[in-house]
Amino acid sequence: MAADPLDDYIDAVGKALALPIEDAWRPAVKANLEVSLRLARLVDEFPLPDETEPASVFAA
Amino acid sequence: MTANPDELSASEIAQAVAGRKLSALGVTEAALARIAKHDSALNSFTDVTAERARASAKAIDAAIAAGKSPGPLAGVPFAVKNLFDVQGLPTRAGSKINRDRKLSSRDATLIERMEAAGAVLVGALNMGEYAYDFTGENVHDGPSRNPHDATRMTGGSSGGSGAAVGGRLVPLALGSDTNGSIRVPSSFCGIFGLKPTYGRLSRARSFPFVASFDHLGPFARNVGDLALAYDAMQGPDADDAACSTRAVEPVSGLLAQDIGGLRVAIAGGYFQKNVFPEAVEAVARVAKALDATRTIEIPEAARARAAAYVISTTEGASLHLDRLRTRPNDFDPAVRDRLLAGAMVPAPLVDRAQKFRRWYRAQVLEIFKSVDVIIAPATPSVAPKLGQVTFSLDGVELPVRANIGIHTQPISFIGLPVVAVPIPLQPMPIGVQIIAAPWREDIALRVAHALERMGVAAAPRPKEF
Repeated sequence: MAADPLDDYIDAVGKALALPIEDAWRPAVKANLEVSLRLARLVDEFPLPDETEPASVFAA
Repeated sequence: MTANPDELSASEIAQAVAGRKLSALGVTEAALARIAKHDSALNSFTDVTAERARASAKAIDAAIAAGKSPGPLAGVPFAVKNLFDVQGLPTRAGSKINRDRKLSSRDATLIERMEAAGAVLVGALNMGEYAYDFTGENVHDGPSRNPHDATRMTGGSSGGSGAAVGGRLVPLALGSDTNGSIRVPSSFCGIFGLKPTYGRLSRARSFPFVASFDHLGPFARNVGDLALAYDAMQGPDADDAACSTRAVEPVSGLLAQDIGGLRVAIAGGYFQKNVFPEAVEAVARVAKALDATRTIEIPEAARARAAAYVISTTEGASLHLDRLRTRPNDFDPAVRDRLLAGAMVPAPLVDRAQKFRRWYRAQVLEIFKSVDVIIAPATPSVAPKLGQVTFSLDGVELPVRANIGIHTQPISFIGLPVVAVPIPLQPMPIGVQIIAAPWREDIALRVAHALERMGVAAAPRPKEF
């Protein structure tokens, strides 16, 4: 069976951000990431006008 | 006749202390005695600031003896979730790691304002680690326990606040709400909680979680006390970048105003799914009492909850990135694994979630042109058992943690003010959200007050306290 690309992604981002991910934690990290990406996809697929401003708070 | 401070509300205590029927020191000693007697069952306090409390109380009694005005919360004991800075304590925020922080040199703004109004801080309260929690459980300090059934959750993450007020150890407590952490413990513990408009109350010198959504607010056993605390804490604060410059808008004097002219609607669609019969019953009781027959659909509420989740997990990961690198084994493993995953969500998805938030806000503000109040469940069920992992709804097993906040997240996502009102069902209470337009805490509190007067909303007395 081919390796899940999400495992490669976790390895790559973990290294890029210098995050330690022990083997014992990996299933839970992966499960949480799958939930986050599934929910993010729900937002991603919603069409928004190009002009939409993010709602983060800042005042100059 | 001498009043028994154990049986008094915050406003009754303040009146009795100001009128010299009770001393602030006597009230404080009674609160400390209740904590000593009952907190082993509730596990709500992580720090009891007894000496500080006695010193504050003596100063209030001395001010009254000298003819000075003691403030609207004279001698009222209160406690704070342990993410508030308390001078002389490390701000642990429910964690093991933060215990190594240097001791706080100054109190959080809201503690300063409560004490300026005469209230007396008696301690700091248990909470879920780093506020990333809906259960009130904590692997380091043990779970806070529900005052109505010690085998059940308090709800999180302000679990200690819910237990301490619901268990009658203190009449007032402060907590934080990022995705539901004031409204969920209010619901499970059967008390009133106010999550004000985003930016209304200063968060200065409290430990953050998700800057986009973090709110602070009070818990109480009646609406008058909730409003008293809220009024004492309002006002601009340059130490919190998100705190509004709006002038103070006191609500205590407005509570008894007639609500007959208010347009009340029931949240439909998303808010009527994944609810247990007790949540349906609680919303129906409130709707009937308010003559609410109109049901409105808040558009894209499921996507709002999803966007709130994405922003929470990524901003939380950003906050803790260095601790994840250096002390990963000192986190609650469940919190660590969620935060590690949050660090891996690509940035464009987070930006899109913030853009969706802007769109969703506009849609919901449109609804408030024809509606003054929206009612919705605070939680899908009464408090689950401690450690419970799933609950069964219509034959479908659902994860508890992931579903406790589904009805609160789409509301705090855009910072709307909400009063969680307790509906005293038997054997366990459950809350309903009274939601108003931004900056209209007065409306939500007036409706909560009316429900309280009608006997529909009430903080039930636990059998054991």
